Amino acid sequence: MAYLEIENFNKSFGDTVVLKGIDLTVERGEVISIIGSSGSGKTTLLRCINFLETPNSGKMVLDDQVLFDGNSDEKPSDNELRQKRLNFGLVFQSFNLFPQYNVFDNVTLAPSLLLKTKLKELKKELKLKSKTDKSINGKYIKEQLALYKSEKEAEIKTDAYSLLETVGLTDKVKSYPCELSGGQCQRVAIARALALKPKILCFDEPTSALDPELTGEVLKVIKSLKGEGRTMIIVTHEMGFAKHVSDKVIFMADGVVEEEGNPNNVFNHPKSEKLQAFLSNVSEKDEV
Amino acid sequence: MFVEILLSLLQGFGNTVLLFTLTLVFALPLGLILSFGSMSKFKPLTLLVKVFIWIIRGTPLMLQILLVSFLPKYVFASSTKIWASFFGVSVSTMLFLFVIIAFVINYACYFSEIFRAGIESIPKGQYEAGKVLGMTKSQIFFKVVLMQVIKRIIPPMSNEIITLVKDTVLAFTLSVVDLLTAAKELVNTFVTLMPLFYAGLFYLVFNGLLTLLFNWIEKKLSYYKV
Repeated sequence: MAYLEIENFNKSFGDTVVLKGIDLTVERGEVISIIGSSGSGKTTLLRCINFLETPNSGKMVLDDQVLFDGNSDEKPSDNELRQKRLNFGLVFQSFNLFPQYNVFDNVTLAPSLLLKTKLKELKKELKLKSKTDKSINGKYIKEQLALYKSEKEAEIKTDAYSLLETVGLTDKVKSYPCELSGGQCQRVAIARALALKPKILCFDEPTSALDPELTGEVLKVIKSLKGEGRTMIIVTHEMGFAKHVSDKVIFMADGVVEEEGNPNNVFNHPKSEKLQAFLSNVSEKDEV
Repeated sequence: MFVEILLSLLQGFGNTVLLFTLTLVFALPLGLILSFGSMSKFKPLTLLVKVFIWIIRGTPLMLQILLVSFLPKYVFASSTKIWASFFGVSVSTMLFLFVIIAFVINYACYFSEIFRAGIESIPKGQYEAGKVLGMTKSQIFFKVVLMQVIKRIIPPMSNEIITLVKDTVLAFTLSVVDLLTAAKELVNTFVTLMPLFYAGLFYLVFNGLLTLLFNWIEKKLSYYKV
């Protein structure tokens, strides 16, 4: 069984059917690129994977754990939904950094908040234990929590620094998003997504909002993440990049997976007419 | 005479500042709650809040002050005196309380619309970023959205708050002696127009200080752009 398995995802908004039975498998450490023209459903698929949209039907299994099953009537609670989302990271086209926080705080905010929640749970647990176990008193609980907190806080900090090193922004730690270029913003967004250690990192057209001369730095970072063996799903319009970095390319058209395969086959020997037309349109644009 | 006038004016100004401060302290959080109501996904609640806001914004504040003061009489058939003794305060304090209640309700409605505009102006992407980072709804609101809302609503808020300073004059409806009412009484007593000028000066200085405060806050928040 593959690492991530998506079966028969369907999604419609009102009368508009956007996804028509999408199947997708991703192996551990694999980089998948999803290409296709606007309106083909690429972004919606990514948003469904990240639980920003709920598919009308279908099934998603990650690492042998069923995350979504359209046949079950149970609606996940907000808390369960949050846990499910944490399996994935998502980098947006428009970065969506938090403007009031500096680079470092943008990266550490979510892990710090998770730690806070975790500490609350731990406290509850210890208090419950203290009812039966006399050796656990108020002072002990306090000490344990403080110890855990300082340990984890240090970890969050070192993690953040090493992530910012990965994306090459250690000199911008104290800068605010409004002081950064688009490319730098997107690199912060990548570090921010990685700070929660997602199993799969998703990119939604990560370079589409960037000036052409800034796309390179972002693509370079994504490439270096491939080198680290991270599992990634990338929705992109950068054909050259998709060809170069992906293990598998998926071509979507009108809500279905029209063609998929290794980059060489998809780009050099396209079988379907739609893919041939799409590729020739793209290369025409390059020539103009 | 000058000292006498000044002391009376200061007393009236004290009431004005008290009414102003208490209105802000209660109307700001109440306004935020009302704005949540007006944006709720539960449509009947949205409708209820919108109708309420329509009524409060659509009628004069003075009428609302009168209504609040008459309600105990008509609904509970008990006079202001009985209410005052029930709460263990003097009748004039009870009347002041009525004024405050009317002000809080009235201003909460205006504030709620400013909050709503601010909250709805925050791009969807900020919420989505919070969601995919595993934050809870309240974490997204308080840690991500609120600071951006505050920055955006400072100009309309300062407008409303400066209007509030001048609206406090309406407290005279229930014979609460505010700054202007004190000045008017002094004009009659001493047969001079000077108290009115002094009162005007008080308002000007107070609003000037508020303006400086808002400018300072805006500057403080200028380190980021939303």
